[in-house]
Amino acid sequence: MGSSDWLALRTTLELAGVTTLVLVLLGTPLAWWMARTRSRAAVVLEAVVALPLVLPPTVLGFYLLLLLGPQGAIGGTLQSLGLYHLAFTFTGLVIASTLYSLPFMVNPLRDAFAAVGTRMTEAAATLRAGPWDRFVHVVLPLSRRGFLTAVTLTFAHTVGEFGVVLMVGGNIPGETRVLSIAIYDHAESMDYAAAHVLAGSLLAASFLLLLVLYAINRRHAVVRP
Amino acid sequence: MSLRARFRVAHPGFTLDVDLRLPARGVTALFGASGSGKTTLLRCMAGLDIPPGGFLQVGNDTWQDGAFALPAHRRAVGMVFQDAALFPHLSVRDNLLFGLKRVPAAEQRVSLDEAVELLGIGHLLARGPEHLSGGEKQRVAIARALAVSPRLLLLDEPLAALDVKRKREILPYLERLHDALAIPVVYVTHAMEEVARLADHLVVLEQGRVQASGPLGSVLARLDLPLQGDDDAGVVIDAAITERDTRWHLARAAFAGGALWVRDGGRDTGQRVRLRILARDVSLALAPHADSSILNVLPGMVDEVVAGDHPAVTLVRVSAGGVPLLARVTAKSADALGLAPGREVWLQVKSAAVLE
Repeated sequence: MGSSDWLALRTTLELAGVTTLVLVLLGTPLAWWMARTRSRAAVVLEAVVALPLVLPPTVLGFYLLLLLGPQGAIGGTLQSLGLYHLAFTFTGLVIASTLYSLPFMVNPLRDAFAAVGTRMTEAAATLRAGPWDRFVHVVLPLSRRGFLTAVTLTFAHTVGEFGVVLMVGGNIPGETRVLSIAIYDHAESMDYAAAHVLAGSLLAASFLLLLVLYAINRRHAVVRP
Repeated sequence: MSLRARFRVAHPGFTLDVDLRLPARGVTALFGASGSGKTTLLRCMAGLDIPPGGFLQVGNDTWQDGAFALPAHRRAVGMVFQDAALFPHLSVRDNLLFGLKRVPAAEQRVSLDEAVELLGIGHLLARGPEHLSGGEKQRVAIARALAVSPRLLLLDEPLAALDVKRKREILPYLERLHDALAIPVVYVTHAMEEVARLADHLVVLEQGRVQASGPLGSVLARLDLPLQGDDDAGVVIDAAITERDTRWHLARAAFAGGALWVRDGGRDTGQRVRLRILARDVSLALAPHADSSILNVLPGMVDEVVAGDHPAVTLVRVSAGGVPLLARVTAKSADALGLAPGREVWLQVKSAAVLE
């Protein structure tokens, strides 16, 4: 692996790490709300959250590029404030990845929260636990499998994204050039050996990650041993 | 010091509308068919549902009054759910401690050891809830609710999910609870057997409304309530053992209306027993018969006479020294004896079951 590949790996891990962190913070309250609400707006939200599952990544990337670019609502506003627009930046990539990986965080969490049920939180309420206390000491431990699944899938899915990155991020080494782009570059320039190293490593790493996840989830049921 | 609850909850097709004053200690049974609003009322008391405009006062503490309402976690309430609702990620001990450690030390009146001892679950503390039987789960759930030193204990059909054997296993603990607690206990059930054994006060709910509320004996003796079919109609009497006949294995249980010989269950004299006397086990006569096999004959006066479910049957409420008893006789006999309010009769009690 050349130094540019190492840089791409670092960018990839940073992107996946930051995206996962952002999604834990955003996705947890969103999933909690979706699991508990009886509002009809929840249906619309569910459809929106699921969109990245069915859309070609280029569609998402295309609109984000327009939105974040110098002429877009967000990018344009930033520029008029004297800041730089977000197209072809690491921050833009994080925003794009957050949207793109949203269902991988929200859906497992929502299912986990729904499975905890209201009975457990009601029991906790009659045992003097306030709302935050209930969430931390009852809901979180009972949905930890959901969290593990959500975090792992989000991370892995972000590592594996390509289309969105290509549209929004481009190919700037150290900033937006991630592994999937590097593999594409190697293949384009007929450097199959280098492509193999990266592609094979990614395949092996992803497989191992999922293997560990499912093994843990199977061994550690929510209930005590 | 009593419990005052006034709630109005309107759902499509169902309205709960109650205004209750319940005794400050002892067990109040909320009895009614499913859909009568028992559980809804209990949830309102717990603060799990907070209907606007409700009122709830427990002793000197107001928990809800108009716009003011304490959320569930700020009420000194202990709640036992039908399905126990133990936390699966915590051991039995940690389940018990969950509530206990959230109660300020100054308000703790029940220790972990006391709760554990009362429910007999000392040997289960290290286990996980999934390794408990249904009956054990409920005992842990009850102990967990007690460990928060509640001023009001609410039990939502705690035995409904259990088979007969498990019920029998838990009932003695509930009876101990009844004797040990100085707080009001509200017990939701649709099983008359549980009412007869545990309750002191009975509230009958039907379609969200209170049909009757009063001391167990007097509500059970009411003939205008569809509490149970003619076959199961009967009263419950609290009596004290005054004498034991070891030769014939009988014990004499005295109450305000007289005394009854019952099977000797091994209780010492002076101990209290609860007797269940079914209407079908009581017949009426105008004179005491000495030549009958029936040991228990009490004088009384007819209060009320109503037709039974079948035209051949008549139910009669008779007051024995102020204590109401029910008798089931044929309409033909009622006519022949001229049974009417005010008539003096002799109650022949064929059998009185000691509830234990």
